[in-house]
Amino acid sequence: MTERVVITGMGIVCPLGHDVETLWQAILAGKSGVAKTTIFDASTFPTTFDAEVKDYDLAKYVKNPQPHEHGNRGSVFVVGAAAQACRQAAINVETDEPTDGIDRTRMGIYLGAGEGSVDNDVFFAAIVNGWDTEKNEMDWGKWAEVAFGRMDPMRELEQEPNMPAAHIALLTGARGPTRSCLTACAASTQSVGEATMLIRKGDADVIIAGGAHSMIHPLGLTGFNRLTALSTRNDSPETASRPFTASRDGFILGEGAAIVILESLNSAKKRGVEILAEVIGYGSSSDAFRITDMHEEGRGAVQAINAALADAGITYKNIDYINTHGTSTAENDSIETKALKAVFKEEAKNTPASSVKSMLGHLIGAAGAAELITCVLAIRDNVVPPTMNLNDPDPALDLDYVPNKPRKMPVNIVVNESFGFGGQNNVVIIKRYQD
Amino acid sequence: MDSARVVITGFGQITPLGLTADETWASLCAGKTGIDTITAFDPVGFSCKIAGQVPEYQIRDYVPKTHRKATKLMSRDIELSVIAANEAIMHAGFVTKGIDPENINIDPERVAINLGAGLISCDLVELAPAVAASVTNGEFDIHKWGAEGLNQVTPLWLLKYLPNMLACHIGIIHDIQGPSNTITCAEAAGHLAITEAVQVIARSTSDIALAGGAEAKVNPIVMIRQCLLKRATCENNDDPASACRPFDADAKGSVFGEAAGNVILEELNHARRRNAKIYAEVVGLGQSNSINPDYEHIEPDGKGIRIAIEKALAEAKIQPDDLDLIIPHGTGIPTDDLAEANAIQAALGKAAAKIPVWPTKSMLSNTGAASGAVDVIAALCAMRDGKIPAAKNCDKKAAGCNLNIVNQPQKKNIRFVLSCSYTYGGQTAAVVLEKTN
Repeated sequence: MTERVVITGMGIVCPLGHDVETLWQAILAGKSGVAKTTIFDASTFPTTFDAEVKDYDLAKYVKNPQPHEHGNRGSVFVVGAAAQACRQAAINVETDEPTDGIDRTRMGIYLGAGEGSVDNDVFFAAIVNGWDTEKNEMDWGKWAEVAFGRMDPMRELEQEPNMPAAHIALLTGARGPTRSCLTACAASTQSVGEATMLIRKGDADVIIAGGAHSMIHPLGLTGFNRLTALSTRNDSPETASRPFTASRDGFILGEGAAIVILESLNSAKKRGVEILAEVIGYGSSSDAFRITDMHEEGRGAVQAINAALADAGITYKNIDYINTHGTSTAENDSIETKALKAVFKEEAKNTPASSVKSMLGHLIGAAGAAELITCVLAIRDNVVPPTMNLNDPDPALDLDYVPNKPRKMPVNIVVNESFGFGGQNNVVIIKRYQD
Repeated sequence: MDSARVVITGFGQITPLGLTADETWASLCAGKTGIDTITAFDPVGFSCKIAGQVPEYQIRDYVPKTHRKATKLMSRDIELSVIAANEAIMHAGFVTKGIDPENINIDPERVAINLGAGLISCDLVELAPAVAASVTNGEFDIHKWGAEGLNQVTPLWLLKYLPNMLACHIGIIHDIQGPSNTITCAEAAGHLAITEAVQVIARSTSDIALAGGAEAKVNPIVMIRQCLLKRATCENNDDPASACRPFDADAKGSVFGEAAGNVILEELNHARRRNAKIYAEVVGLGQSNSINPDYEHIEPDGKGIRIAIEKALAEAKIQPDDLDLIIPHGTGIPTDDLAEANAIQAALGKAAAKIPVWPTKSMLSNTGAASGAVDVIAALCAMRDGKIPAAKNCDKKAAGCNLNIVNQPQKKNIRFVLSCSYTYGGQTAAVVLEKTN
């Protein structure tokens, strides 16, 4: 018998709020977390807006923020999200003598986490100092002068994508299986899926899983702008994320961290903690198609959804709600719709499929876990979150995207989809917990 | 829970000691070192001017015609990974779409890929003209960058530097459609990627997995980061071969480099059915964390490494005495080497003083996310040939290190090997392999 895996805690720091309830109320009210960029001066970039975490104060969530506050944005966010999730799951943090009944060697960490920003001022100044425009070559001595003189060792270290996990280890004392993965926009759905497998297999009782990422920095915005992946609707940031519409023109760069506490059912029962939902299925696949494009028919997406359904031992007919990847790019929304039609067949138009990215923006590495939290809440409250800004439906896209208003309805089993740049597809299925 | 047994049926690597696994192994056995003065850029002004660089190669030689154009989107990390993947797949006897589309002998949906990758730093020379065009009064001007400089950046620039792109290129070339993951746990990433891939096969999600790691650390940003953190040695610039000294009393720091290593993992019965040569079975996996507010170092008692080793031995159902060889992480950073020695000694007890320990980084350099995979391949070669090459540069063991560092090449029948790693940031991993007869 394999272990059943349940969710016993959740925490989030995202553009729509710094805790789960604030996020959920914002989503039910159809609020937007998108606005003009304030983290740096993006006023001349093709895109001048994003979805930022604002006014976040780590000291509200931990007693001792000092070992964490020098971390990259993702790390600082994830410590707050992990502290919230641990509190809900009755897991002790910031102590060497936990009394929560969890053996620390059986408590792991699995994050889908991104790299931190380069130290922009020094990064660009070193290049300016070193580049010889006449010779068209770098004088590395001059580059190193600035780089050695001004780069801060800890700030450089904190750019490493494994650092958010390091901060959670220090916060919680976790000594179990620990990994960090980075499969672009699919990373934190993959982390939740693989962490579920580790608990099922019996390698851990608890895994602190989720994601953390911020690519809101000059090179990140540059990269996505050059790929023409971002919306450039600069005159109306809050309506720019409009998945499944005819006028969609790209995704909105967001940031944040989201954590779920995954726990074996036995451990959760033994500790007497509240069970928020059960993770019943995980599927993962690769497009193996092109670096720049999704497979035209959504082959990989179909494989991943079907694998998750098979893993859960259910069929598409059992699904009440689909939390789509729904990025608001021309390509994703159209191919994702095709994939859903291929999997859900006659039920495709009857199964609500919405995108919370219409409000939250795209949290990249943290997106999947943030969206999973909204799935758990959809089950809890029997309400499906809306796709906002859906005022001009794309005539070719004809599923039930839950336009503009949340919908009260029974929600028991939910599919959460994430597709990464380059073709990694990850799908997690959760269910209302029943003994 | 019944889980499938997982074996290794092929491997490939590109390292400072050779373009293939065989070349690398021959160099290791001959006592060569791959560490030399940096030529990738002029290291003037750098405290560490040496590194492990791979010999010259042409990426075009390793990709099918259909993927030639996409080589423009490959950073060096991606190139190295693609080269090692090509060798590993052919070594295992698989024919993929990228090798011969007429004679494919795998089911693409049943193949997984799982790679360790590093924080890929961009090519500053490529970016510099755009930055130089965005200067006002001698300083970088973000307004100019947004309006003008940015447009000089090649449109697909970002795609060269996403860590998951190693697996994406390989997946596209060889048509790998199963689960694909990219583990970004720095110097523990290679072991952890292999660990996860073993688990993917063990739970019957896939029959075959390509797993390993790659990282090209000979980049000014990566090197300066290691210099600033004082992890890179700033001595021995004039004597590169003696610079990296794992567990030695005169160790002053690590030497960084570039490499890729990939193994083919396969479900035992799948391998038997096709009469594949089986090199070893992966019998034990352990993972844990070092917890240290001093994030750049492992905790002094090495507890996180100790836990990983204990778990791996328990899963392998063997005693410390059963081990025939240990390939440690051994970076040449004195405090970390001591912590690792403490961990091995605590986990293995008395046996720790007897089992041969062969650190490889004095010859191969510290290749980050590749290092775990490179060490696993070294272990496979040692098992295959019944031979342990000599460790280099450990002339006098550091105080507190009571390990049996191999100073002379040994002939030895090797059944069980332990290979372990850890990283700044704390993740630890241990893998136990058993030779298959």
